[in-house]
Amino acid sequence: MSLDFLLEIGTEEIPHWMIPGALAQLEKLDLLGAQPRVEATPRRLVVQAAGVPEQTQGTERVLLGPAALGFSAGPPMDPATEGWMRKNKLDITEVFIQDTEKGGRRWGATRRIPGRAATEILAESLPASILGLQWPKTMYWTGGKSGPRFIRPIRWIVALLGDQIIPFEIAGVKSGNVTRGHRKLGAASIPVSTKNYESELRKNFVILSSHERRHKIETEAAALGAKIDSDLLETLTFITEFPTAIRGDFDPAYLELPAEVLTTVMRHHQKYFSVYGINGALAPNFIAIMNTSADPEGLIKHGNERVLKARFNDARFFWNVDQQKKLVDRGDDLAHVTFQAKLGSYLEKTRRITDLVKELGGNEHAQRAAELCKCDLTTEMVKEFTDLQGVIGGLYAKAQGEPEAVSRAIYQHYQPLSMEDSIPETPEGQIVSLADKLDTLRGCFSVGLIPSGSKDPFALRRAAQGVVKILAEARLDYYFDQLFAGELRDFMLERVQYYFREVRGYKYDEVNAVLKVGISTVNDVENRLRQLAAVRPTPNFEPLAASFKRVNNILKQAEFSDPDPTVNVRMLEDGPEKELYEAYQERQADSLERVAGLRPYVDRYFDKVMVNVADPDVRKNRLRMLSHMLRTFSTIADFSEIVTSGEQKS
Amino acid sequence: MDNFQQTVFKLKQYWAERGCIVQEPYDIEVGAGTMCPETFLRVLGAKPYRVAYVQPSRRPTDGRYGENPNRLYKHQQLQVILKPTPDDIIDQYLGSLEAIGIDLSKHDLKLEEDNWESPTLGAWGIGWQVMLDGLEITQFTYFQQCGGVDLELVPAEITYGLERLVAFLQNVESVFDIQWAPGFKYSDVRLADELQFSVYNFEMVTVERLWRLFSEHEAECKGLLAAYAKYPDKHRFPVLPTYDQVLKCSHLFNLLDSRGAISVTERVGVIKRVRDLAVGTARLWLDQHTEAQGPGSQERVA
Repeated sequence: MSLDFLLEIGTEEIPHWMIPGALAQLEKLDLLGAQPRVEATPRRLVVQAAGVPEQTQGTERVLLGPAALGFSAGPPMDPATEGWMRKNKLDITEVFIQDTEKGGRRWGATRRIPGRAATEILAESLPASILGLQWPKTMYWTGGKSGPRFIRPIRWIVALLGDQIIPFEIAGVKSGNVTRGHRKLGAASIPVSTKNYESELRKNFVILSSHERRHKIETEAAALGAKIDSDLLETLTFITEFPTAIRGDFDPAYLELPAEVLTTVMRHHQKYFSVYGINGALAPNFIAIMNTSADPEGLIKHGNERVLKARFNDARFFWNVDQQKKLVDRGDDLAHVTFQAKLGSYLEKTRRITDLVKELGGNEHAQRAAELCKCDLTTEMVKEFTDLQGVIGGLYAKAQGEPEAVSRAIYQHYQPLSMEDSIPETPEGQIVSLADKLDTLRGCFSVGLIPSGSKDPFALRRAAQGVVKILAEARLDYYFDQLFAGELRDFMLERVQYYFREVRGYKYDEVNAVLKVGISTVNDVENRLRQLAAVRPTPNFEPLAASFKRVNNILKQAEFSDPDPTVNVRMLEDGPEKELYEAYQERQADSLERVAGLRPYVDRYFDKVMVNVADPDVRKNRLRMLSHMLRTFSTIADFSEIVTSGEQKS
Repeated sequence: MDNFQQTVFKLKQYWAERGCIVQEPYDIEVGAGTMCPETFLRVLGAKPYRVAYVQPSRRPTDGRYGENPNRLYKHQQLQVILKPTPDDIIDQYLGSLEAIGIDLSKHDLKLEEDNWESPTLGAWGIGWQVMLDGLEITQFTYFQQCGGVDLELVPAEITYGLERLVAFLQNVESVFDIQWAPGFKYSDVRLADELQFSVYNFEMVTVERLWRLFSEHEAECKGLLAAYAKYPDKHRFPVLPTYDQVLKCSHLFNLLDSRGAISVTERVGVIKRVRDLAVGTARLWLDQHTEAQGPGSQERVA
C-alpha cells in the first residue's frame, strides 16, 4: 500500500531570499521513490508526496562463515565453524557451502532482511536531512555551539505518513500533527492530516502555495495601478503568508524630488511598488503589500503613509544639504574616501580615470564628467542610498548647471550593472564608464587582487563584463592588447569568450575558432564571428572545415614548419593540384562565403593528389602549399577549431 | 492615549512579569543598550539572566541640532535580554506590543531579516527588524557571539526604539511632539540636549584632545588587562572598571568619527583597537566567573 506524506518544518521567519534554495534541496529528499512536492512561506518549509510505500521490500543476503574444510555439512564440524554457528544461532540444516569470488569455499547461511516500515526509515532519515540543508548563514539557539544549526529556530514539526505520525525530534521539538496558522489571524494550534493540511492552513490565513501568493500580489497590486517589479514581487511572495495589497498616497509636493530618489526609497526601504500616471510620470501613490487580510480602519495605510513621509523628508533634507556644496567643490574631499588600501583614495582614482579618458580620446565633456563622477560619494544622499551612486551625481550635476553631456555621463557611468543592463547611452558616458572599470581592473590586478573561484570581493568579473559589453555594443575600436596586458589580458579574454557565447549566443567552437587566430579589437572579433556564423549553415562549409582540419593534421604529422612558405609553382602538377592553387590564390583575403566555394577543389585535391610522395622536394612543396593555403584562410577563423558533424564537443 | 513615560512603565512592567530584573540605565556614554555591561558581560557564560532597562544611547553622527523630526543624537532604547531564549519568545514579544495598546489584528507585522554586527564589540547575532505598518519598531537578535566568544546560552535581545514607537502610538510626525508627561513634550525635555551636543560634536570638539583621551583610556584599559594574570585574588580584580574604559574608548571613537576625524583607512585600525580591548575584557570576565569562583561566580547549568 502506498501512502501520502507530509513534512512541515515550522520555523521563525526565514529570510525570503534563502527560501528558493532550501526548496531546491528539499525537492531531492529521499522518500523511498516518491516524488517530493515542495512549498514554503516565511514560517514553514513543506514537503508533500503521494505514493510512499508503506513497507520496503525484504531482501536476502548470504552470511559468510569460516573456510569450509570438509565437503559436506554434517557433524562433527571443526571448532571455528561450530563457534560461528553458535554465535549466529544457526542450525546444521541452515548452512551450506559457498564458493567465494576468490575461489575458496566457505560456510554460508542465508539471512533474510525483513522489509521495514517507511515510518521507521523516515523517522531515522528526516532529522539528518532537515539539519543537513545548506544555508548561506546559520545560527544555533539551543544546546550551545554544538547544538543543532538551522537558519532560524525550529518551533514545530508536522511529519505524517498516511495517518501516522513519523516520530522524531530535532532541537527538543517533537514531530506531530499540529501546525500553526498566521501569527495574528490564525489559530496557534491546528491538528491536520495529509488530506486537509492545505485547506486548514487557508482557514487560518496561510496561503501555502507561493505561486498563488505571487499571483495574488501581482493581480491586486496591478489592479491598484502598481508597476510590477519582478524582484520585489519575489521578495514579497516570501515575506508574507497572506499577502494583500493596499494603496497609499503621498503629498504631490514630494514629486519635485527626483523620481530615482523617490522610487529607491519606496522600493528598497519600504518594499512598495511605485505607481505611474498615464503620461508615464511617477504618481503620488504607492502600493504596499500587507501580511494580513484587510485594513478596514485604514490604520495600516495611515501608518505606511506616515513612514514614507518621514523617509521623503529625510531625502529632501539630504538634497538640500548636499546643494550647499557643489560637486565640483567636493573633489578634494575624495582624498578621505578610500578606494582600496593599496590603490589609494577616490581622489587618486579620479585623477587616473581622468587621464585614462584623455588617453582614450575622450572629449572635454567626457573629461569633465570623469573629474566629477565620484564626487557624489561624499554626499549625504549617497551615504543614505548607496545604490544611487552615479545617479545622484548626474542629477546634482544637472541641477548645478553642468552641460547635459556631462551630467548624463556621470549619471550612467556605473552602467552596465549586469549583463542585462544597458550600456551608457552617450559616447561620453561610455568612455567614462570604460575608464572607471579599466582603472579598477588594472589597479586590482597590479596589487594581486585577482578573482579566484567564488572569491571576487571587488566584483571584477562584473567590471570586466561591463568593459566587454561597452566595447562590443558601442563598437569601440580600442586595441585589445593596448587595453590589457599579462594576467588581466587572459582574464579579459575569458570574459570576451563568455560574452559572445552566453550573451550573444554564438556557438562555443565558433568563438574558439575566431579567437584562436588572435584578437585586435572586440569589434573585429564580432565582425569575424558574424561572417563565420553566416557561412556555417551553407552546405560547403562543414566539409571544407573538415578538410582544413585534415590539412592541419597532415602538417602536424609531417612536423612541417616554415614561417614563410614560398610555393614553387613550376613543381605543381597540372590538374587538381594546380587548380586548387589557382582557386585559392584568387580568393586570398576574400570573404568567408567565397572561401567556402573552395570545397570542390580541396575535395578533388585530396582525391587525386598524394602529399607524402617519395620525392622529398615534391613532398616539401606540397606541404608548403597546404601550409600557405591554411595561413591564407585562417585570418578570419581557425577552422580546425570548428566541430564538424560526427565529432563530439570536447 | 498613554504618554511616553506611561508606555515605558508598561513595557518595564510587562517584562518584569516575565522574570526580568528591571535595571536602570548605565552611567557611562554608550552608543546602544547592547554595550551596557548588563548585556555585553551578562550574556557571556552559562548563567541564565533576564534583564530589561531603558538606555539613552548616544550616536554623535546622527545629531541634527534638533531640526530633523526623526533623527536624534541621543535616543532611548528599551533593551530586553532573555538568556536563554524562551521557545515562545516571539509570542512574548508580540504580547508586549499588545500591552502598550497595539491591536495586532488591525496592523501589518513583518519580521524582515536583519543580522546585527558590532565590529567594535566583537559581537554578532542573527535576527530581524520588526516592521509594523512599514515602520521599524524593534531590532530582534539572537546573539551568537560577544566579545569574540561563542555564547553558551543563546540570549534573545529585544531593542525597542522608544521614540519611534511612541511617535507611532501617539500619531505625531515629529519625535519632539511626543507627549512625555502631562504638560511636557519631548522637546521640553530633550531639545536643548540635541542642539547643544550637535554644536559641540560637530563644531567644537577638540580633535587632538579627544585622540589623547582615547589613548589615555586605551592605556588604562590595557594596563588593567595586563595586570589580571598576576593578580592573586581574582574575584577582587576590577574587571568591571576595565570594561568602563572600553566604553570610554568606544564613545570617543564615535565622537571623533562624527567630527570627520577618522579617515576610512584609519577606521578599520581604530575599530580593531577598541575590539581588542572589548575581547580582552570579555575573556577576563569569563575567567573570573568560571575559574575564580568568587562572589557571583557562575554555577554551571547541567
